[in-house]
Amino acid sequence: MINDPNSAIASQLAITIDGQKTTFTEGETIYQVATRLKKDIPTLCYDDRLDAFGGCRLCVVEVEGIRNPVASCTTKANDGMVVKTAPPRIEKMRKTLLEMVASENRQIDVDPLRGLASQELSTLVNKYGARNGRFKGAKSGTSNIKDENPFILRDYEQCISCYRCVRVCAEQEGDYAITVANRGFHTQITTEFNNDLRDSDCTFCGQCIQTCPTGALADKKAIRAEALPEPIKKTRTVCPYCAVGCSIDLMTKGDKIVGAQPAMDGPANKGALCIKGQFTYDFIQHEDRLKKPLIKQADGTFKEVEWDEALKKAAEGFAKAKAKYGRHSIFGIASGRAPHEAAYSMQKFIRAGFGTHHIDNCSRA
Amino acid sequence: MSNPLVDMDKPDTIFAIGTNMTECHPVAATGLKKALTKGAKLVVADPRKTRLAELAHLHLPIRVGSDVALLLAMAHVIVREGLEDTEFISDRTTEIEAFKEHVREFTPEWASEICEVPAADIEQAALWYGSAKLGAIYYTLGITEHICGVDNVQSLCNLALLTGNLGKEGTGINPMRGQNNIQGAGDCGAVPANYPGFQPVVSEEFHEKFKKAYQQPDLDLGNAMTKVTALNLCGQKEGGIHAMLINGENTVVTDPDKNHCEKALNSLDHLVVIDIFLTETAQMADVVLPASAWGETDGVQANTERRVQRLRAAVPSWGDSKPDWWIIAGIAKEMGIPGFEFESAKDVFNELCSLSPIYKGLNWDNIGDGNYQWPVPEEGHPGTPILHQGEFKDGKPGLFKIIGYRDPAEVIDDDYPVWLTTGRRLQAYHTRTQTGRASGIDYLLSEETLEVHPDDARDWGLIDGKFAKIASRRGEIQLKVEATTRSPRGTVFTSFSFADTNVNILTGSGYDPVTQTAELKVCPVRIKPA
Repeated sequence: MINDPNSAIASQLAITIDGQKTTFTEGETIYQVATRLKKDIPTLCYDDRLDAFGGCRLCVVEVEGIRNPVASCTTKANDGMVVKTAPPRIEKMRKTLLEMVASENRQIDVDPLRGLASQELSTLVNKYGARNGRFKGAKSGTSNIKDENPFILRDYEQCISCYRCVRVCAEQEGDYAITVANRGFHTQITTEFNNDLRDSDCTFCGQCIQTCPTGALADKKAIRAEALPEPIKKTRTVCPYCAVGCSIDLMTKGDKIVGAQPAMDGPANKGALCIKGQFTYDFIQHEDRLKKPLIKQADGTFKEVEWDEALKKAAEGFAKAKAKYGRHSIFGIASGRAPHEAAYSMQKFIRAGFGTHHIDNCSRA
Repeated sequence: MSNPLVDMDKPDTIFAIGTNMTECHPVAATGLKKALTKGAKLVVADPRKTRLAELAHLHLPIRVGSDVALLLAMAHVIVREGLEDTEFISDRTTEIEAFKEHVREFTPEWASEICEVPAADIEQAALWYGSAKLGAIYYTLGITEHICGVDNVQSLCNLALLTGNLGKEGTGINPMRGQNNIQGAGDCGAVPANYPGFQPVVSEEFHEKFKKAYQQPDLDLGNAMTKVTALNLCGQKEGGIHAMLINGENTVVTDPDKNHCEKALNSLDHLVVIDIFLTETAQMADVVLPASAWGETDGVQANTERRVQRLRAAVPSWGDSKPDWWIIAGIAKEMGIPGFEFESAKDVFNELCSLSPIYKGLNWDNIGDGNYQWPVPEEGHPGTPILHQGEFKDGKPGLFKIIGYRDPAEVIDDDYPVWLTTGRRLQAYHTRTQTGRASGIDYLLSEETLEVHPDDARDWGLIDGKFAKIASRRGEIQLKVEATTRSPRGTVFTSFSFADTNVNILTGSGYDPVTQTAELKVCPVRIKPA
């Protein structure tokens, strides 16, 4: 078995990266092996959930015996290969590439609320000192301002044609809603017949936003909070809708929820979300939320009260029913939306409180 | 699910029945789409031409409620062609001979009459699933929300047992649960028949265990009551239900037969609702207690693959709202019920773990971000991503069930000649108490429609975009017509998301006799232009 790392054959496959010898499994790329060794090879078109693309050329490395640098993301590791990931010649090449990429965009710095990967370009440009305006001239990409959908900003003046959005839509989502038109400076991400996203196969899952390395595609709902002064805080939790259980990072500024981003290491979703998990968190801080306990008055209207009074009133009603009709006259319906602690407490309230099994949840509806 | 979500791109043959997965579980559906790009075969049985059906190699647009007939005929073909897994059957199952004898008469031609799909397509579906190396079944409420929901599930189990597609990677019987923590509600014992951890209330052993644990000497042995029965008994003089505590459920919009449901809740002496909004149900309450929402509370939930995951508070609770457990404990303490001295969600969860054999190895501090899929019988156990490996969970051999086809509770006739089926839409969740309050959603889905085949629309005098009156034996509603070939001829569809056009005024024709699950997927109606 060639894929078994414990087998004799597997242990013979070895590669040397920056002087460090390591074993690998057949089929692995140089980039994958190097990443395992914690080598910091820059990329812009790479998303480890997608097939390697080899478009941005930033991941080039030097391989002994091969004259030209090779893209480490698409080149398979070979037995006996000797690789250098960051010799001066390669680093210089990367800087030039970044200078060219940067020259085509309207701006390099974008707000991190735009998307999960939105800081990749600015981080690399800063690291390589490529913000020097060496290549003045043509810009590429035309922003789509006519698409008025409330979720996805299509700011293609920031597009670097890495195609991550097109590829995530096809390979990860299987939706094929967007594609690439034209070539060179005229390259443009578009939909069938250049329609708005609403009229395409787009499901508004937001994956294109989250994989975009420049913020060209951005979370329109989140960027409404750009001006808030507080730092962005992320809290890891799990989506509250269906039972797939996608891990989400809720983004807050101060006490305000400003957005959601998928957790790339979420065990159930591995970075995927749908429109509900991505965009419908704002019910939480909606003005319709109940703020105070309510007790119904004789005229049928509700009166806001304090917790002491409300809990007493709630308890009295159950005690009265028990006294008047017996302990089997009370029923509890637990929620399939609330956490374990709610469901557990509900069933304990009924079983410990009344000694009955008059407890159910919403799964029969 | 018997198998984990990561298995979804592994089968070579997928049989999806009664599941509109690309809309209801979109992220899970990406797994199936990946399996397709690797060359897997997909068979979809669904009356509607859903997105999943469009992706299928074979779509069986079966008549609503005819699933058992289809599954019997598939078993017939698998047996007739000798495609059964004889080793698995002899090692792990019982009653195969009776089952083989039973399915002998149920030919694809017989099923074709009931299911209204060609016999050759039924034959093909059976041949593909029967010859799969790794065959996986996925289903959702299209299977369970019938008077024969249990029969449907057991028929699927028969197919998996027959072909040995259980207990290994890339196979299994995989229900996609509907709500974020509906699995968890069951795990926690918020069901009538089981204590936490699915310990039956009819068992003397568990009766003793919980009498002691809950300091309740008068605890009933058995005597479980479902919500459906409870709603029927509301306000009744003898043995009636007179007080109710409802936590986070918009009962009068989600449940079948809205009028019946409203009448039931109105007849109570005392109704307490714990919720985050003043829902249609909360408006009927005597006391409404404001709960902290998702994003405001710490807690735990379990997903459809039995993965136990942490929820975390990101912001403070809105207004004076409080976590559900705090509110319930508050009422309990006020009534003098012992055992509610919880100070945190952690205390509650750890008590659950201490009483549940499937959570015994878990606690608040070791679950991390979803490290475990239950059962986790002791600390240090790695959890159980795949159920039924080597032996079945209950330790007994897999039993083939003898099941016959039954008509739905109501069938179409001259008065109500059209089948109505209901479901969900991608952009809305349940009764839109949450998604309806999220900005932007209205841009994509602002109102409900009735999906009607264009030829039916023409024959019935309906106009695309204009309103129609839809009546069942229980009531009438009006909906805007959407002419679409997603609906087959003779069957219409709508979702239950919009309270102002509540389709559950129409539904409620019957209930499964075992689970009392409502037949929300089948309701004969008549339709006229409004």
